[in-house]
Amino acid sequence: MSAPLPPNPAPELNVPITPELIKKHGILPAEYALIKEILGREPTLTELGVFSVMWSEHCSYKNSRLLLRGFPMEKKDPKALGKVLVRAGEENAGVIDIGDGWAICFKIESHNHPSAVEPFEGAATGVGGIIRDIFTMGARPVLLTNSLRFGDIRTSAQSRRLMRGVVSGIAHYGNCIGIPDVGGDVYFDKSYEGNPLVNALCLGTLRHDQIKRGAATGIGNPVYYVGPATGRDGLGGAAFASKELSQSSAEDRPAVQKGDPFMEKLLIEACLELMEVPGLVVGIQDMGAAGLTCSTAETASRGHSGIRIELDLVPQRESGMNSYEIMLSESQERMLVIVTKGREKEIEDIFAKWDLHAVQIGEVTAGNDMVVTQHGVEVVRIPASRLADDAPLYTREAKEPASIAQMRAWKPDSLPKPDKALLEKALPALLNHPTVAEKRWIWRQYDHMVMAGTVLEPGTDAAVVRLRLENTEKYVAIANDCNNAYCKADPKLGAQIAVVECLQNLACSGARALGITDNLNFGNPYKPESFFYLREAIKGLAEACTYFDVPVTGGNVSLYNENSELAIDPTPTVSIAGLLDDPKHVTTQWAGRNQSLVLLGDWVDALGQSLYLQELHGLKTGAVPALDFAAAQGVIDLTLSVIREGFVKAAHDLSEGGLLAAVAEMCFGQNETIGADLDLSGAPAEIRRDALLYGEGPARIVVATTTPDAVLAAAKAAGVPARLIGKTTPSGSTLRVKDLGLSWNVADLRKGWENAIPSLMDA
Amino acid sequence: MYVAVVQFPGSNCDNDAYHAFASVLKTPAKLVWHKDKTLGDARAVVIPGGFSFGDYLRCGAIAQFSPAMQAVKEFAANGGLVMGICNGFQILCESGLLPGALLRNNCLEFRCQTETLNVQDSTDQFNVAKLGKQVRIPIAHGEGNYRIDDAGLAELEKNKQILFRYAHNPNGSLNDIAGIRNRTGNVFGMMPHPERACEAGIHPSTDGLAILNAFLASAKA
Repeated sequence: MSAPLPPNPAPELNVPITPELIKKHGILPAEYALIKEILGREPTLTELGVFSVMWSEHCSYKNSRLLLRGFPMEKKDPKALGKVLVRAGEENAGVIDIGDGWAICFKIESHNHPSAVEPFEGAATGVGGIIRDIFTMGARPVLLTNSLRFGDIRTSAQSRRLMRGVVSGIAHYGNCIGIPDVGGDVYFDKSYEGNPLVNALCLGTLRHDQIKRGAATGIGNPVYYVGPATGRDGLGGAAFASKELSQSSAEDRPAVQKGDPFMEKLLIEACLELMEVPGLVVGIQDMGAAGLTCSTAETASRGHSGIRIELDLVPQRESGMNSYEIMLSESQERMLVIVTKGREKEIEDIFAKWDLHAVQIGEVTAGNDMVVTQHGVEVVRIPASRLADDAPLYTREAKEPASIAQMRAWKPDSLPKPDKALLEKALPALLNHPTVAEKRWIWRQYDHMVMAGTVLEPGTDAAVVRLRLENTEKYVAIANDCNNAYCKADPKLGAQIAVVECLQNLACSGARALGITDNLNFGNPYKPESFFYLREAIKGLAEACTYFDVPVTGGNVSLYNENSELAIDPTPTVSIAGLLDDPKHVTTQWAGRNQSLVLLGDWVDALGQSLYLQELHGLKTGAVPALDFAAAQGVIDLTLSVIREGFVKAAHDLSEGGLLAAVAEMCFGQNETIGADLDLSGAPAEIRRDALLYGEGPARIVVATTTPDAVLAAAKAAGVPARLIGKTTPSGSTLRVKDLGLSWNVADLRKGWENAIPSLMDA
Repeated sequence: MYVAVVQFPGSNCDNDAYHAFASVLKTPAKLVWHKDKTLGDARAVVIPGGFSFGDYLRCGAIAQFSPAMQAVKEFAANGGLVMGICNGFQILCESGLLPGALLRNNCLEFRCQTETLNVQDSTDQFNVAKLGKQVRIPIAHGEGNYRIDDAGLAELEKNKQILFRYAHNPNGSLNDIAGIRNRTGNVFGMMPHPERACEAGIHPSTDGLAILNAFLASAKA
């Protein structure tokens, strides 16, 4: 046994560690035994707090890490563009080569629980946290996106309130810092009522030689604390994020932090300037979840060294803070920086320029202990690598929910064949559904144009941003997706379709994929059905990413997404970054007049889990549309190749709302609303017409072209099914399906699509 | 001689403005830190957009006290040409270099979208007539609602100091005002961002080039 630590200078911390106290910290009895083994003694209360945050799901991924090992971490061909320079899990975010000595660094992260309790601050600090992860790597943040999920805002006032708060929180933070928020994806579904999902992504650019590591090395090197003073806010936020939401969650409001985007802007500029000085910065890490605790333990662990910090030197906003409070605070916009000994003045000068404090709070030490002192007394002594890396990893019990087989057994024949009235009514109903409807209400609140490089504004398949890089330019694209209904009915296939959907979105904008970041939003892993969803979705992602050769460069796991009544639909949000080889390839979904419409891929013959089934028949059921990886790859490659050949004027993939929703959206041009005449008589007669028009299925893209023969010939050569389905009209704005005698006024459709969200939110 | 772009700690369109002048218009430009006491050999000054000091108090309320702003005031007093864009416009109003104030948008939300501006009256210095009747320029602000007292407004109208009006008012500005000049005609301010309308194929229009060129042409005069 090791000798116990001396009594803590704060008397309230010198209490016996009881089973109740251990439970309150979310630590299982077996985990407590491991803590005692690591320390060779009982932990102090401060140490118990340190372990509880480091071993929380949020920091340790203890219930998911074993599953994540199936993800591909590198490109199959090491010489191909898109080489992974920093792999998932190595550092705060992954880094991928984009050529000419440049790289992108990107990651997505959730702030679901804080946003449920305090939507404005929760979402704002989520943006702040992910930005820190990116510039910590040495990268200049250049774009933001979000994956947002809310309850049904048509019926739920609470969901409207949450959405209003979340959107204004994101806008507040991103706009002030001046990083364009180029949109992302937004879905609305009852399962998110009371537990919205707020996943924030940031992407940055850096030269290969600018990559920084979060490692504390070099015995005697000083450890600096940078940023505003520590307060009691956000106390134990990581632990808060690792339990279910309940009626009493509002009492956890102090666990939600307050953001200060101006402070973060100063930190970005000061840290990037600091990192440009050759040889000055040894290691750098943001203080995000678990603040001072996580940053000191992880940097020491990565550096295979020890670290010693003195809490009396930590700037404090409130008086009388004890070691437990300081170590667990999640006050925002703070960084830990380790610099080369003897060069202290350089860091202090740079921070003085930005009117920021950089305070030395400790140093790198020999050995591997993380040692914390306060008022001259040792209050924490824990082997850093064991704290950071030895959280127990679990495989939980998994059980396939009975609902999956039930939904799969549903047959479309159980519905009567649709009549003309239903087929006509369906299109506006689908376009007016908040998930399909225009999201301008959201993104007009984001400064999506700052940095003057946003080529495609939000609302297109993928956002495209021009990057100004010293002596060169690059065009990067990004798309997010995940259909929750698919994942609920078949988590593995649903996750795979999310990957394919992103790849299709990128292809429609003219970009090829480089790498993927994922945000796994699931329920309580201790519930076998929730763990089944998690396990299967990860399997699906791993298979799809391996097949399409898109390495996973990092991400985030958010479990315990349950409100008092039910778990959310499983939501493995994926976001894929891509690159355009040439700005001439930038393509939108907006077709022009007199253009032929060609469907690449098969006719759709499926209704399961479609939005049509949900909206027009009140059924969230059926089998998830089938996915053939090779067929999807064929359609994606073909789309990119006909775009590169210059054959394509517009491209749009089929998603919620099926073929007709896609064609209607292609008619909602930027300058003009146009019409289209479709003739689908070539489709086999046995396909139900509602499935043909509104069914959903991956591996389908509609392109608009003035050279249909060239597109069809290219498709034939590639062995991809393709057929001419119609033409946009020379004048007017009527959409017709001639063979079925259906027609709509596109201007009216557009009005409904544009007004759907504003009429709910601004009412 | 260069265009001096003043950089506050919370400026976030400083590099965009610099890029528009230096790379697109290929005219010498220089970033000037807000703590600098002089503007050096500036031929004109641009106060760019952003959130100068976080602007938690009032937009531009703290920025007006920066040493560089004292230099800008002297520069303007000597007839030097000054242009404030977005937050820069707010700072010029706070500094007293332009009349009026910019309040919270009447929709109470931030707005980022491309607006059509009706081009108003020319001056010798800033010949907006060359721009045509309308320009399409992006806005991105939460506080662009221009306000001034009745006498001040009458004064602006009488002296033809209004450069641009919104075709569709996005923020509640009095008389749809999007941009103004001072009485002597050497200080300009506008909420829309001409530096975001310079590059074909990337920006929503290239109408901003004509505005920046008009500004530079006046600087030569």
